Amino acid sequence: MNEINKKTSKNKQLLAGLFFGIIFGFLLQKGGATSYDVILGQLLLTDFTVVKIMLSAVVTGMLGVYVLKGMGMVTLTPKPGSFGMSVIGGLLFGVGFALLGYCPGTISGAVGDGHLDAAIGGVAGIIIGSGLFAALYPKLSRGILKKGYFGTLTLPELLRVNSWFVVIPVALLILFILYRLEASGL
Amino acid sequence: MGFITELRWSPYLVGMGIGILSWFTFLISKKAIGCSTAFARTSGMIEKLFRGTKVEKKLYYQNIKPVVEWQWMLVVGVVIGSFISSILSGGFDWQMIPPVWAETFGSNPYLRIAFAVIGGIFLGFGARWAGGCTSGHGISGTMQLAVSSWIAAICFFIGGIATAYLIYNIIGGAL
Repeated sequence: MNEINKKTSKNKQLLAGLFFGIIFGFLLQKGGATSYDVILGQLLLTDFTVVKIMLSAVVTGMLGVYVLKGMGMVTLTPKPGSFGMSVIGGLLFGVGFALLGYCPGTISGAVGDGHLDAAIGGVAGIIIGSGLFAALYPKLSRGILKKGYFGTLTLPELLRVNSWFVVIPVALLILFILYRLEASGL
Repeated sequence: MGFITELRWSPYLVGMGIGILSWFTFLISKKAIGCSTAFARTSGMIEKLFRGTKVEKKLYYQNIKPVVEWQWMLVVGVVIGSFISSILSGGFDWQMIPPVWAETFGSNPYLRIAFAVIGGIFLGFGARWAGGCTSGHGISGTMQLAVSSWIAAICFFIGGIATAYLIYNIIGGAL
């Protein structure tokens, strides 16, 4: 009986993932983020669609998630990091982001709306790159990835303040940036 | 049906939708939206086809098990969701060479695919190095105010903007 329960809950979890993914993909496509041209437009600073989507997702998500956290309804899952991980990994990712013109989420959407460069070249590249990292991981994890390790630290923990003293200023800052983008016609 | 068949929605509406979707992934699945780990798992699954179960003993795959789980299904869902959206709007289009690429680098499909593969390798490698991608760090992590995610997301764009400038304005400019 217990085994069956476990199996049902695992299947439910997988179905929930699929369902959330369908909505996520639908939204990314509607926003234009599955298009190489839109992503390169962002990186060439001529089209700010990607930043507008990301910042409005962050401000909306952050307010809701911190309210839910305050009510004890969700547990946050901040990822661990270090300067070695986050800075170098981030820059390497950025190089790939510009060469490929998609990221792991948007490329999945790009496969769905018919971008063949994504489906043929990009997906294979990401899988190869991930495999290379897995092969080098034992070495890297003992060296560079540990440099400047700070773990799952969040900004409120870093500043030693109540979360809302960070959430509200960050929300206002994001709204200000979005306002400035619109005001300057970007 | 008009709204659902529109080619594009406002980026603010899309962003708010993704933000609200995050509330529900935290509430219902106790997880944050992310995509790049699924590619690492896939890489492990493919390696397993050739090298058998000893792949599971690799240090990396002891943490990131090469199996189908929530996020893997999420990525499958993204493909389907984007397909539905583009079919409904008539925006679905088999396209090998993106127009912006073609303007600078021409329409040789091999060149575009070569860049896509090399870019993909950097992207996959960098995502695993940083522990997340534009969704896992850039959206989900920053909204949780994780220090790792803010640093990574800023570096994604520093690396991306510098590289795009290099290939379009320096290399592309010289062509």
